[in-house]
Amino acid sequence: MTPQSNFMVLAPIEPSREVALRALLDSMNEAPGRVNPKNALIPFEQFDRLHFGRLVILNDQTTGDIRVYRREPQTYPLYLALLGDIDGDANSFLTDLAGRAAAGLRAIFSCCADFYADTDLVSWMQSHEAPAIANYVNWRGRTVRRAREEAKLRDAIEDYLRIHAPALADLPAREIHQRLRQFVQAEKTAGRLPLAPEERTPLRWSISNLLHLLGMPLLFLLVLPLLLLITPFYLLRLRHLEKTDPELCARVDQTYSDGLAQAEDHLVTNQFTAMGSLKPGLVRLVTTIGILSIVNWGARHIFTRGRLARIRTIHFARWVFLDNRKRMVFFSNYDGTVESYMDDFINKTGFGLNMVFSNGIGYPRTNWLALDGCQDERKYKDFLRRHTLPSQVWYKAYPGLTAIDLERNSRIRQGLETAALSEADARNWIALL
Amino acid sequence: MTDVDFNDVQGLLRFGYGKMTQASYALLRVRDAAAARAWLRAAPVTSALTMNPPPPTALQVAFTAPGLSELGVPSSVIAGFSPEFVTGMTEESRTRRLGDVGSNAPAQWSWGYDSDLPHLVVMFFAQPPGLTTFIQSATGPDWSRAFEEMRWLKTADLDGVEPFGFTDGISQPRIDWERQRDPTRPQIDYSNVVALGEFLLGYPNEYNKYTDRPLLDPDAASANLLPAEDAPAKKDLARNGSYLVMREMEQDVREFWKFVSQETGNRDAAAKLAATMVGRTRAGDPLVPIQKEAIPGISPDEAGQNRFTYGGDPSGSACPFGAHIRRANPRNPDFPGRPASLIKRVITMLGFGPKGFRDDLMSPVRFHRILRRGREYGPGLLPEDALSPALPNEPARGLHFICLNANISRQFEFLQNAWIVNPKFSGMTGERDPLLGTRAELPGCPVTADFNQPRDGRLRKRVDGLPQFVTVRGGAYFFLPSLRALRYFAAKRSN
Repeated sequence: MTPQSNFMVLAPIEPSREVALRALLDSMNEAPGRVNPKNALIPFEQFDRLHFGRLVILNDQTTGDIRVYRREPQTYPLYLALLGDIDGDANSFLTDLAGRAAAGLRAIFSCCADFYADTDLVSWMQSHEAPAIANYVNWRGRTVRRAREEAKLRDAIEDYLRIHAPALADLPAREIHQRLRQFVQAEKTAGRLPLAPEERTPLRWSISNLLHLLGMPLLFLLVLPLLLLITPFYLLRLRHLEKTDPELCARVDQTYSDGLAQAEDHLVTNQFTAMGSLKPGLVRLVTTIGILSIVNWGARHIFTRGRLARIRTIHFARWVFLDNRKRMVFFSNYDGTVESYMDDFINKTGFGLNMVFSNGIGYPRTNWLALDGCQDERKYKDFLRRHTLPSQVWYKAYPGLTAIDLERNSRIRQGLETAALSEADARNWIALL
Repeated sequence: MTDVDFNDVQGLLRFGYGKMTQASYALLRVRDAAAARAWLRAAPVTSALTMNPPPPTALQVAFTAPGLSELGVPSSVIAGFSPEFVTGMTEESRTRRLGDVGSNAPAQWSWGYDSDLPHLVVMFFAQPPGLTTFIQSATGPDWSRAFEEMRWLKTADLDGVEPFGFTDGISQPRIDWERQRDPTRPQIDYSNVVALGEFLLGYPNEYNKYTDRPLLDPDAASANLLPAEDAPAKKDLARNGSYLVMREMEQDVREFWKFVSQETGNRDAAAKLAATMVGRTRAGDPLVPIQKEAIPGISPDEAGQNRFTYGGDPSGSACPFGAHIRRANPRNPDFPGRPASLIKRVITMLGFGPKGFRDDLMSPVRFHRILRRGREYGPGLLPEDALSPALPNEPARGLHFICLNANISRQFEFLQNAWIVNPKFSGMTGERDPLLGTRAELPGCPVTADFNQPRDGRLRKRVDGLPQFVTVRGGAYFFLPSLRALRYFAAKRSN
């Protein structure tokens, strides 16, 4: 199994170069919100380990919100972020990236504050890595290659069925399964249908994954006595904060929202970037770190097969702290419109949403951290839209496929690789076609 | 008993005016604002009060955002309405979501785009043969000074059957006028009762919250408006009002019946294929069996065609997932697998509920209901006659789709986008709504014109190459005000 990983290169933009940078990034698109996968700067489609790629100027609209706590906003640098979700380890990918897109990357990064003509690209990117505190992968082990091969497999089966459907119409499920197995086997033998077997799981990854799996609960047990001791004080403080933290859920400026919408809904999948400042104080920081560590642990060890709790539409997502944990960015790649994405969250996993995002300034009022909050739909949607940033460049390796498509295709393949299915399994299997 | 003042609500929110089989909608632009306001002040707008005997005529009025502006409503007030209403149906990003692309693109509409956007619609209803007389008397001498008539949308009475030949309007949400249901309680079974605030602004919605709307400071102009329930110091301009979505949808009835006939080869099979595309037979019977258990909000007299869900048809073999009525109302509750106890619900919420491929693919329908008030237009054409070639200069036929909802983006737009035109609806790929959908491609999704009929234990049947049967010809988002708000809009002003 090839595990997925990610990278995010984060660098302050040289103010005098911002306009030039924006022009460069725009040149990578065919139209607003529609990347040219062959663009000259970073020809994304050449990288067959890259699921999603994104370039964003992290222009937070809401840094002034901290004034509600009677604090003056800090001046933060304007950052450029280059991020990707990839198969295998990040370092080898960055090396490959630098090898094939050196000129383009140099042109882009030369708009950043500390990048010079003689800078070593790979080590500069590595030293500007901004690690995620929590990361979600829809399906651990499904590589870009596998996603594409399985999509081709489905297409091949569809083509076969287009011709042979009448002959198969009244056959029992297991018989159809057998015939399709034969067909696919023949196609594979003829070299028309590559279906690579899974690679060996890297040992280092397995070990570190096991350590993470056990380490977190162990750590939790270790500090449990301390936690129990603190809990009453923590809850008292949290309840007080929940009742007094101001909400900032004004209607977003329509022009801004329309600008975001220009880049949305071109594909069945959309990108999402949201950014904001954490509420001041240790309690909120600790809560954020604690909850996100749990989310990360759950995503890494439990929710590895197509579902983040009840949500089935997210391909990849991550949370990243910025500026000494004063600010946070959330990135995701999800199926459907932003409206349906938000509805999904509110209706299906509002508790999780509240626990994470209510530590951001202005979030609709929660109750015991998990309750209420986003259940005030209007406030939540306005809050989120106001924190949303446009992605200047966004690439997806399989534009027409939703997470559900990928799951179906995997299930089709799984069925085909089973020599004989039970009657019940065969019935379920042909229902996928 | 409800505490809604029916005298303040336009009747369309409560009645479909089924006995008034004649109707015509005037799409208007304001010619002279003062004259328009004078006409609106005197207009005999029908309220939702029950009358005995029922009135022989009814008149309803709704405005677009530019229309309100034209009447002199301050822009700060208009900005308090929802963004969808303010920016309008034809905003470019929105057209991608609504499927208004290709032959549906607004640039080709006969009304609703750019300078063809009406300021208001005045809807006339009458029991036959009273419409002409009613329009004459209701418009009156000041009408033509006040308004420029952009277009009259005429309707036809096809006796409860839509142009393709199917009984229509069977399923409607039941509004919880009495506010008896607590929407914050998890709904583990489908219910047809929907919170008042999903349709009337100014009341709690399915989240038990108030939908965003303009709240005004009390002053001379707003003195007669009702206060906001959630902010009693403010005047609630939108209270007892709703958003009205109108779309003119031309139906190619001949093409539809020609296609199903060619696909099947005989009349019975054609009728059957057509029924699977709709999800009901022409008489309106659903393809899944009627259930024994009652469904809240579905009365015994409508049970025969409406007391069903798809809970017993998880494979879609009785009614295909893609059938029009299954897309438009999947009749799904809040959770998969009916978790009756709190513990089971928590387990489901944490992601450990049913794990089948098709489990939990859709948002709970109670957040996405609409009240349909559409009417047909054009000459009726029986399916039996639809196979003959079109007559020379045959008039167009179709539906003046009208729906009412309090949150356009979560109700009408979500339904249209995520369910009707979405080629990925319910875990499928390659098909949009067989009746209403555009067949336009999406990047990476070259096929959107299939229609699959799953069969238990057998290979699905598939029809491909569905032509586009419905073309959008016009449309706009309107605000259907309360009678008090109408008087506020129409009050004498200096400009």
